[in-house]
Amino acid sequence: MLTDNTSRISVVWVTLVTLTVGSFALGSSHGLPGLGDQAVGIIIFVIAMFKARLVGLYFMELRTAPTLLRGLFEAFCVALLSLLVMFFLI
Amino acid sequence: MTQKHVIDSTGLAHPTASVVQAPHASRIPAEPGIWILLFGDMTVFSVLFAIYLHQQSLAPAVFTHAQLQLDRTTGVINTIVLLTSSLLVVLATSAAQRGDARRSRRLLFAGAAIGSLFIALKAHEYHSLISSGFTPSSNAFFMYYFVLTGLHLAHVALGLVLLTALAATTRSRPSPTRLVFVEGGACFWHMVDLLWIVIFPLVFLVR
Repeated sequence: MLTDNTSRISVVWVTLVTLTVGSFALGSSHGLPGLGDQAVGIIIFVIAMFKARLVGLYFMELRTAPTLLRGLFEAFCVALLSLLVMFFLI
Repeated sequence: MTQKHVIDSTGLAHPTASVVQAPHASRIPAEPGIWILLFGDMTVFSVLFAIYLHQQSLAPAVFTHAQLQLDRTTGVINTIVLLTSSLLVVLATSAAQRGDARRSRRLLFAGAAIGSLFIALKAHEYHSLISSGFTPSSNAFFMYYFVLTGLHLAHVALGLVLLTALAATTRSRPSPTRLVFVEGGACFWHMVDLLWIVIFPLVFLVR
């Protein structure tokens, strides 16, 4: 079980680092072909909240938390992403 | 994997094979009170994120130009530093849950050591900016940049104190109470990581 857990956490860490480097490359470029700064900004925010969710579920162990606590965290992620996108677009 | 512990006459907890929980058994990490603090803290930062974006919409040219003065490479390195530190703290928590105090102590110290790199890099970043004449009073961007990153930096410093104190006082197989402190400190540290995961793209990347 230890090996399984360590392997799972290691995969999560590699995913987080890969997404970090990907976001960095995306944000440092001048957008993707056919996509403006706004679209790139939204993609970067979605990636960031996906990463934040991974940290919550796997590092903070909310994946196995009671439904109420996990639900609160999932709702927080959705609310924060909505807030970021809304204020970014207005 | 999480385990239940039986408590011996000395008050120490021992994991037992007969009470090992199923991998997906539901349990609250640390204790419920810590989650009020963590959600409260994350909500305060969320409000600051919204204020930052609102201010950006009022002066987009100022924000875009000022953002170019930031060192994005240092920002991405700092993200990887915190992610790596968090990984070590996750492994330290797992070791504590299994009752392996020695491994937990080493991993907590390693997590704190890696985490302290964040402060060193941030100090270098602040020094470079201030030396170039960019201070909180330069414009709205730098005011919010220093407020957001400074408040986050205070959380990093507090998290490092917690991790170091937990590592320094881990001497034997953790009791259930002790385990709550380790898990609570770890969750605080992961929240610091989570907040930076949002602050970095918000302040350094998105325009």
